Amino acid sequence: MKTPDQDRQRRVDAKASFAKRSGEHGVGWLAVSPALLLLVGLLFGPAAAVVLFSLTDWQLGSFTFHFIGVANFRALFTDPTFWKALTNTLVYAAIVVPGTVLLGLVVALLIEASPGLRGFYRAAHFLPVMSTMSAMAIVWGTMLHPTIGLVNRGLGAVGISGVNWLRDERTALLALALIGIWQGLGFAMVLFVSGLKAVPQQLYDAAAIDGADGVLDRLRFVTLPMLGPVTMFVVILTAKRSFEVFDSVRVLTQGGPNYASEVLLHRLYTESFDFLRMGYGAALTVIYLAIIVLLTLTQARLLERRVHYS
Amino acid sequence: MAEIELRRIEKSYGETAVVKGVSLSIRDGEFLTLVGPSGCGKSTLLRIIAGLEAQDSGEVMVAGRCVDDKRPKERDVAMVFQSYALYPHLSVFDNVALPLRTRRLSFAQRLPFVGRAVPGRGGIEKVIRAEVEQAASMLDIAHLLHRKPGQLSGGQRQRVALGRAMVRHPAVFLMDEPLSNLDAKLRVQMRAEITALHRRLGVTFVYVTHDQAEAMTMSDRVAVMTAGELLQVGQPEQLYRDPQDLRVAEMIGSPKINVVSCDHWISLGASLPPGIDGNTTHLAFRPEAVGIAASGDRRLNGVVTSVENLGSDIFLNVALADGCGAVVVRTHPDISRSEPGRPVGLQIDPASLLQFDGAGMRLRQAEQVEAAA
Amino acid sequence: MIARFPYRRFAGRIARHAILILTAAFALLPFVWMVSLSLKPPEEIFQADFHLWPTAFHGVENYRVALTAAPMFRFLLNGLLVCTAIFALQLLVCIPCAYALAKLRFRGRDTLFSAVLVGLLLPPQALAIPHFVLLNVFGLLDTYAALILPWVISTFGIFLLRQFFRSIPDEIIHAARLDGLGEFEIIWRIMIPMTTPALAAFGIFSIVAHWNDLFWPLIAVRSAEISTPALGILLFRDDEAGQFLGPLMAGAVIIVAPLLVAFLIAQRRFIDGLAVTTMK
Repeated sequence: MKTPDQDRQRRVDAKASFAKRSGEHGVGWLAVSPALLLLVGLLFGPAAAVVLFSLTDWQLGSFTFHFIGVANFRALFTDPTFWKALTNTLVYAAIVVPGTVLLGLVVALLIEASPGLRGFYRAAHFLPVMSTMSAMAIVWGTMLHPTIGLVNRGLGAVGISGVNWLRDERTALLALALIGIWQGLGFAMVLFVSGLKAVPQQLYDAAAIDGADGVLDRLRFVTLPMLGPVTMFVVILTAKRSFEVFDSVRVLTQGGPNYASEVLLHRLYTESFDFLRMGYGAALTVIYLAIIVLLTLTQARLLERRVHYS
Repeated sequence: MAEIELRRIEKSYGETAVVKGVSLSIRDGEFLTLVGPSGCGKSTLLRIIAGLEAQDSGEVMVAGRCVDDKRPKERDVAMVFQSYALYPHLSVFDNVALPLRTRRLSFAQRLPFVGRAVPGRGGIEKVIRAEVEQAASMLDIAHLLHRKPGQLSGGQRQRVALGRAMVRHPAVFLMDEPLSNLDAKLRVQMRAEITALHRRLGVTFVYVTHDQAEAMTMSDRVAVMTAGELLQVGQPEQLYRDPQDLRVAEMIGSPKINVVSCDHWISLGASLPPGIDGNTTHLAFRPEAVGIAASGDRRLNGVVTSVENLGSDIFLNVALADGCGAVVVRTHPDISRSEPGRPVGLQIDPASLLQFDGAGMRLRQAEQVEAAA
Repeated sequence: MIARFPYRRFAGRIARHAILILTAAFALLPFVWMVSLSLKPPEEIFQADFHLWPTAFHGVENYRVALTAAPMFRFLLNGLLVCTAIFALQLLVCIPCAYALAKLRFRGRDTLFSAVLVGLLLPPQALAIPHFVLLNVFGLLDTYAALILPWVISTFGIFLLRQFFRSIPDEIIHAARLDGLGEFEIIWRIMIPMTTPALAAFGIFSIVAHWNDLFWPLIAVRSAEISTPALGILLFRDDEAGQFLGPLMAGAVIIVAPLLVAFLIAQRRFIDGLAVTTMK
């Protein structure tokens, strides 16, 4: 009599030998090995290194370093510029996210409402998404110029005297947020349009039979509820991009004046690569990483739910 | 020469056993159909023969040699899939030519980009072209060779899939529900074409389907499977007239065979037919083995609930007297004048009555055993 | 219902165009302003009254200064080189891995896929310090390799391509194995041709991201000869000639134009590509 154990062992052997002779096992590992090596060498190794760096006083170029525990984090949390950068980033996101999402939604609804000039509008609104931010930031810098800039010329034409937008502590962050909305609007629009296309026509027909046939009724009872999941997705995506704002800050204000437009990623860059304080920069990176990971996880959760929804 | 021998094949996915110790011999040149409800393990068995899945235990022999350590491409089998599995980016010609190219071109000749320049390829390509065109004209798809699969109808794709399978003259043809994506009319037509193809090629066909009508009309022999077990293997008419197992009797034949338990039979006040074995729990009879008579004592009585007129035949659905269970009766249009609501008695031909025990196994009357022996 | 009130429908259309023209103007104004300035002489830029089209055309001089004072074409060429190299290497690494994760059975597959998912969480900016240190150790800073190497592995690419490969039915792969194709031949002859649109979408995503990236080139590169466009325009601004707005705007036009032209030629591809890659 065969014992169940022997039986199971035979099965395992059969499977293993099949995998071997069918080549799937070997080919599988051969196919993933470059990716695996790079994954460890360029992602997980470095990620671990960042955490390690954040616990040391290492400076680039020096050959010695000491473990100093959480001293970098303590320094970070007592550093007013860090808190300034964090609040600024949050304020920036608080302006850019609703601005981008609402404008994107309105533009998407209007573009999809009727076919007239649809292609032109879609391309026009999407153009900023494709453009190189560093170059366009320079252009925005000239538009926001206090005397020759388009913005103040326009305001002057209607009798308002504008300020020096990027050099004024009250307006610098606001001006950057405006640029942020300008760039993100088209992408939000595109995502909303694809969400709108997924709304089945039968729902509109059903709503019409139920008496909801006006434009606003259709919007309220069908379109907006059906766009719920997409909206959440766009909100998170825009929030993530807001936390990644760097180019416009670097090009236009470098965090100034007086840290009025300092944001997390720019702080991270300055500490690590201008001042070469790697330990401190790494601590900042760890905080930054935690925020982004949290947002990404939320986003993944939402995507998953959207899949189940359909 | 390619007979196939399966010896105690077992296969499970995790804890669920899909194939439970199936042994089966398939003769050379035979058209054998594996039939059973979906999920009964018939497709898995086919994939094990092809080498696309590994059995947990047991052996697969093709032409007398064990092929367990052979890869799919080394087993000299071709397969036609339910979805046809044509390569959508290749033309019909390239689809059919692919198995020839992979076998005849050398490694160097098959390399990306540079393969074309390797000497000797042109001559081989010429031979391949001729063979593909021959197969295509046999299947009546010669005019479609330059098209992509996406531009073909379901029936045309089916033919391309057949062409790809037959062009390299395999010893065994495996077919996994190849007709289930076609509409009813085309399915009947393709049945005839596939059997004609089988006759012309003369090689072994193993055909998987859940449609008993396909199994009955196309095959030399049919193997009936349920829940991973092989119930019975036999010629179609043998399975129909002489099933070993109640599940086989119920699966083969349309409309389904009538089954009435002995207890039910007695509770209806009817006397059991003569010669019933003591262990019999269920009696089964085909619709054509029942006649309509006047209702009466000691007889199965019922009420006609509906009449299906197919022109050549009429099927009567008769609800049994106590309202539980129904019997289908086939009658001839000339004989029957039944309409719904009419009470009838059922007259059953005792020679066609099949007896089954509590486990669903067939019990034979003495004379049937003699006849079989 | 709507047809009974044609004037209402008409008013709706007007309102739609009115709002969309306004928002489109917001989106397009910087481009118009950029081109307009790039054609003007300095004195006209600082003039009190503003004309969209220059009264004295100075375009030729501005663009000539932009092209001669800074290696603009070099920047573009670098961008092309770096983006192509990154994308090609990403494909080389991602495609086999994605295929194995999607279609092959081997021990450790699920663990590896979990690792890829974790990798998706890591923002590239967070790895800048160790990447910088690593490149410094190997003496690769300020080279093309510094611009390319950190991006060679794309967990996003692996994830995305795996999703697409999974949508290809197993029967096709089984048929290919029966037809005699080896696994790498299946990748080359079946998987890649069948997922070209997906690969194109990933390509657009990858190229747009790296053409426009400023953060990493700013860290990895100092010299103008290997600067990518996004960094190049900054170097030009900080240069002497960049102090003049006309040439600076001309430079911006040159930097921004290639991607925008490509976009305008293949709009649908770009929009769908970027939308698909984000929503996956």
